[in-house]
Amino acid sequence: MRRLLIWLPLVLFAGFFILFASGLLKPDDRVITSKLVGKPLPAFTLPAAASDRPPLASAGLVTGQPRLLNIFASWCVPCAAEAPQLMALKEAGVEIDAIAIRDARPDVDRFLQRYGNPYSRIGLDARSSVQIAIGSSGVPESFVIDGKGRITYQHIGDIRADDLPTILKRLKDAR
Amino acid sequence: MIAEAGLAALWLAAALALLQLMLSGIGLAGHKPDLLGAIRPVAVAQGTLTTIAFVSLITLFMRSDMSVLLVAANSHSMKPWLYKFAGTWGNHEGSMLLWVTVMGVAGAAVALFERALHRETHMATLGGQAAISLGFYAFLIFASNPFARIDPPAADGQGLNPLLQDPGLAFHPPTLYLGYVGLSVAFSFAVGALLTRQVDAAFARAMRPWVLAAWILLTLGITAGSYWAYYELGWGGWWFWDPVENASLMPWLAATALLHSVTVLATRDALRAWTVMLAVIAFSMSMVGTFLVRSGILTSVHAFAVDPERGTFILVLLGLYIGGALALFGWRVGAVREGAPFELVSRETMLVVNNLLLSVILGLVLIGTLYPLLTEAFGHKVSVGAPYFDRIAGPIALILMIVMAAGPLTRWRRDRLGEVSRRMIVPAIVALLVLAGLAILAWGKIGVLPFLGLIVALAVGVASVAPLWKRNLRRTPLFTWGMVIAHLGCAVSLAGMASDSAFTVEKLAAVRPGDIVEAAGWKLRLLQISPVAGDNWTALQADMEVDRNGGSPVILHPQSRFFASPPTTTTEAALLTRWNGQLYVVLGQEADEGRWQVRVWWKPFVTLIWLGGALIALGGALALLGRERRGWLLKWRARAVTA
Repeated sequence: MRRLLIWLPLVLFAGFFILFASGLLKPDDRVITSKLVGKPLPAFTLPAAASDRPPLASAGLVTGQPRLLNIFASWCVPCAAEAPQLMALKEAGVEIDAIAIRDARPDVDRFLQRYGNPYSRIGLDARSSVQIAIGSSGVPESFVIDGKGRITYQHIGDIRADDLPTILKRLKDAR
Repeated sequence: MIAEAGLAALWLAAALALLQLMLSGIGLAGHKPDLLGAIRPVAVAQGTLTTIAFVSLITLFMRSDMSVLLVAANSHSMKPWLYKFAGTWGNHEGSMLLWVTVMGVAGAAVALFERALHRETHMATLGGQAAISLGFYAFLIFASNPFARIDPPAADGQGLNPLLQDPGLAFHPPTLYLGYVGLSVAFSFAVGALLTRQVDAAFARAMRPWVLAAWILLTLGITAGSYWAYYELGWGGWWFWDPVENASLMPWLAATALLHSVTVLATRDALRAWTVMLAVIAFSMSMVGTFLVRSGILTSVHAFAVDPERGTFILVLLGLYIGGALALFGWRVGAVREGAPFELVSRETMLVVNNLLLSVILGLVLIGTLYPLLTEAFGHKVSVGAPYFDRIAGPIALILMIVMAAGPLTRWRRDRLGEVSRRMIVPAIVALLVLAGLAILAWGKIGVLPFLGLIVALAVGVASVAPLWKRNLRRTPLFTWGMVIAHLGCAVSLAGMASDSAFTVEKLAAVRPGDIVEAAGWKLRLLQISPVAGDNWTALQADMEVDRNGGSPVILHPQSRFFASPPTTTTEAALLTRWNGQLYVVLGQEADEGRWQVRVWWKPFVTLIWLGGALIALGGALALLGRERRGWLLKWRARAVTA
């Protein structure tokens, strides 16, 4: 018994050592993915964020066709960088809706005038409550929504040119 | 030139550590204790060289030598001199240099001042210290060179994190490191004793002052760090169970247990294997803590430049030293005889219970700290926060406090339960009175843990001075005073913690100049908000007129500070200390047109937390002084007799 006890600390330490080593080896993963991928969108109704686009509600996203839901803000620099890619998606025939985070209508109007407006509908989420509900932790983010209103894919960060094939494929898969 | 000299000193120190290790290996293998005479100067020279390297780095920081990468990355020529100076260890490389400097100096001190230890064990101890130092020299030189140059030199530095630009930086890390790394001496003692198989009362008496010294500094460092976090972060809390805080708490828990078990070993020659084990664990906890923080496998507010290569390096050192020491323990401790037996009701038992409870808390804190890592290995992300630690460690700490009260009132070797209970009568009455008082005044208003905490704190406070009862205070040995004061410090600190969580009043308001916030009898009137400029910052400063129950008003100046380099905003809380608590005021953001967020706390008796910490350290210092003075007196008398 005593002999066993004597070696116990070393055995415990070996366990810790393996744990530490596995902690070191794991790839550094600081991306927070939504828990809602694969699940239906939570219900929400948002007022219009832009003067010339209708407001957005979750019920309106169930259209039988896959769509892209873009989370952006007029004050967000990467969102401006993302704008050309969204325009390209729009030209490829993708329906894009958007939620503007912690924004104001005049600012959104100015932003869309300057960088182009690929959106069909834009909802204003003044307090980020919908953003949190759908599991988005920053701007910009884009969600692929299938025809039944389920989230099938989450893209974190701005959509770069080389992300376009992935996004298009995901949209196609969601059919 | 200075940078090159510093690096050269580091290389030389490493070479001497190698020499020291080889000499003690030869001495041990050939049973030549006389080699100790040769090892001692090597250890002293090694300590001197590390100090030279460290002073070189300080000089580079003071001169703002921007051709040195570390200075350019962490300092700025416009910084006040104190932060240039203290900024030396406000970064990874500098703090690791401080680490090896403390280790080298501690080794030199063991070589110079240790006289009681058996010569062969002494030699083995110095060999152990050299072996640990060697690994950290390698780490510094190959993976964290603080003296690396850049060409061309930077125009100016990138500045120091403004949260660190506080006098606290000059005091907290060095004391903490002295304690943290000072525990390496106990580790080396344990390794030395395992190698020579001389674990006995004489060994414990030799080791005790070193443990005590490290423990005092660790206590001071943690206390200072807690107060620093309290006033600098502006969150009103004093302990956040952050991985880095846990990393400093775990060695402290182990060292506290060690301090008590080494006393049992020194006085009664019992708990031999256990004491050696604790000595290994205490410094192992220091190393594990360093690894957790520097490798970046856990996230923490104490962000260091994270580098997996460094993490791997420290992990290898961990495996080498901790694994090696534990293997040595398993291999050799069977040869260490069982210590002296003792009865169930005895001070030894009390100290064993103390050790067990401290170890349980240590284990729980360790599990809580590592749990996120464990679940992540299985694909889940969790974070473990204050609720876990408070609920798990709190109750055990309270039981520990009660044992702490009873321990000094119990006799060595054998006592009677009835006798011990009789001596605990007064504290028990105090506990009942406090219970009755709280039940009438605050039943249901405060949580269970703070409620029990207040009762235990007051009763234990009384019990901790009970050992002085009916004693001639002038003839009471200094180390008894030390124990009494340290135990009293625990009670005082607990009283502060319990009072803070039970009675704190918090108020959040948005006010315009002229408006009044009221909290716990205090009236705070915002007079104005105006910009002020400091050495390397500008701030928005509120002038708040504060008074309580119509007393004479005081003006407080909470600030929101903006640092240009690196661009950061910090909140500078304004604190008003009264004998019965602290008023803590934070200026937040501008809410809307002309209204400002102000957060106010009234924290009754919160200062007792750190006063208690200081008392614990003071008690330790008295005990150390008492033991050492007795040694000097005995030696002096012996010399007088032979003369």
